[in-house]
Amino acid sequence: MIHRYQLGGLNIVLDIYSGSVHVVDEIAYDAIGLYEETSREALVDTLFAKYGDREDVTREELFELYDQIGELKASGRLFAPDTFREKAGDLKKKTSGVVKALCLHIAHTCNLNCSYCFASQGKYHGERGLMSLEVGKRALDFLIENSGTRRNLEVDFFGGEPLMNFDVVKELVAYARVREKECGKNFRFTLTTNGVLIDDDVIDFANRECSNVVLSLDGRKEIHDRFRVDHAGRGSFDVIVPKFQKLVEARGGKNYYMRGTFTHANPDFLKDIEVMLDLGFRELSMEPVVCAPDDPSALNEEDLPIVMEQYEKLAELMLKCHKEGNPFTFYHYMIDLSGGPCIYKRISGCGSGTEYMAVTPWGDLYPCHQFVGEEKFKLGNVFDGVDNHEIQCEFEACNVYARPECADCWAKLYCSGGCAANAYHATGSVTGVYATGCELFRKRMECAIMLEAAKTLGNDE
Amino acid sequence: MKHIQTLNTKNLCESAKNGGCGECQTSCQSACKTSCGIANQQCESAKKD
Repeated sequence: MIHRYQLGGLNIVLDIYSGSVHVVDEIAYDAIGLYEETSREALVDTLFAKYGDREDVTREELFELYDQIGELKASGRLFAPDTFREKAGDLKKKTSGVVKALCLHIAHTCNLNCSYCFASQGKYHGERGLMSLEVGKRALDFLIENSGTRRNLEVDFFGGEPLMNFDVVKELVAYARVREKECGKNFRFTLTTNGVLIDDDVIDFANRECSNVVLSLDGRKEIHDRFRVDHAGRGSFDVIVPKFQKLVEARGGKNYYMRGTFTHANPDFLKDIEVMLDLGFRELSMEPVVCAPDDPSALNEEDLPIVMEQYEKLAELMLKCHKEGNPFTFYHYMIDLSGGPCIYKRISGCGSGTEYMAVTPWGDLYPCHQFVGEEKFKLGNVFDGVDNHEIQCEFEACNVYARPECADCWAKLYCSGGCAANAYHATGSVTGVYATGCELFRKRMECAIMLEAAKTLGNDE
Repeated sequence: MKHIQTLNTKNLCESAKNGGCGECQTSCQSACKTSCGIANQQCESAKKD
């Protein structure tokens, strides 16, 4: 399978099953499109009829082009066959059976009251609560005990607002640092915060202990303050921005993400990214809102063309900044073409419910944070382990080939079938697909690969 | 005339032979966190640092 597209002045051909990326001129772009259904003579005739009036095009050269395409096919870098389908289940098995990441719901409560919150203002449609140190320690031990030979273990301090239970966060990290030495593991912590409670103590801790920090900021003040308000209805922009700036400045180059949400109120989210840049932030992410379709903040059909255009303009801006020597990162456009994930990972996806689980303040296990509060998805708890094997089997069976809708999608080995929670909420099945999310994902991948190609070609000049 | 430039990419078919160590970052793709498609990730064993 191939995917051809034109973006940013480039003609790009992706070979899906080999992972190859080719940047081609318009003649080769047409030739590759015709190659599988056209004989050598007929292809050259067709191309010569279209391009023969150009001085640099001869029939001999078109024959050479045809043969070059044949060589790429023979070397497995174009029209590579799908050799993964039959062994998809086995490939996924190799990366499952162990737990290597937990999302710790340190606090099911929040000091903000954002109406668009997927987690119902941090409560996840349940009681407010804070994770005790005992439950947290047991969760870390559960992770170690179930991690097999995996060395790198990830823990995300999540909520609600995790800094509302900061003392437990600090004690858990101290506990993990002892345990990792005893067990030959390496913990990587991430903190996701709205910023309200950031102070010097938090900054020192986050920059010392957290491999990544996710900071919630929606961009323009009026956009941010529309949703991200405290319980008295006051916007949080002016409170958090100076704190974020101080934290990032002190971070000294370690990873962070300024993470925004765009909604029906701001499908033109590039303006929000520009505000983040003006504020001095360089590692950015903007995410489409996750909510019910009838929610007033939900993106609708009319928003989608705007969003698509924004993704393209964003790529253009990134390329411009890159050329000017002042680059910035957009999380979705990070792609490592030569050192990215292997086929096992590409088929297996996020590992929710198998490699990755969420832990509630009371120690209950769910396939991921988005399933917390949906009782039928409760997998077990950190004290007794997983006992809902029926649900876990559903997640074990999730791989890109388990979704019929993905069969003809060129992006499947870039997304591995997408988010099970989004699929469930959109279709009622974890092996369904969230079609709107797919559209956005494909656009982002086209932009990301174009950007990478443009940078590579620019560097070669 | 150079019609086709092939970028240096990981060969997925080759990666089937020796991949699957499982040490890579978990790729939560949910947009309510920071959605990380697998494409965003690095191979842990290929990291130079």
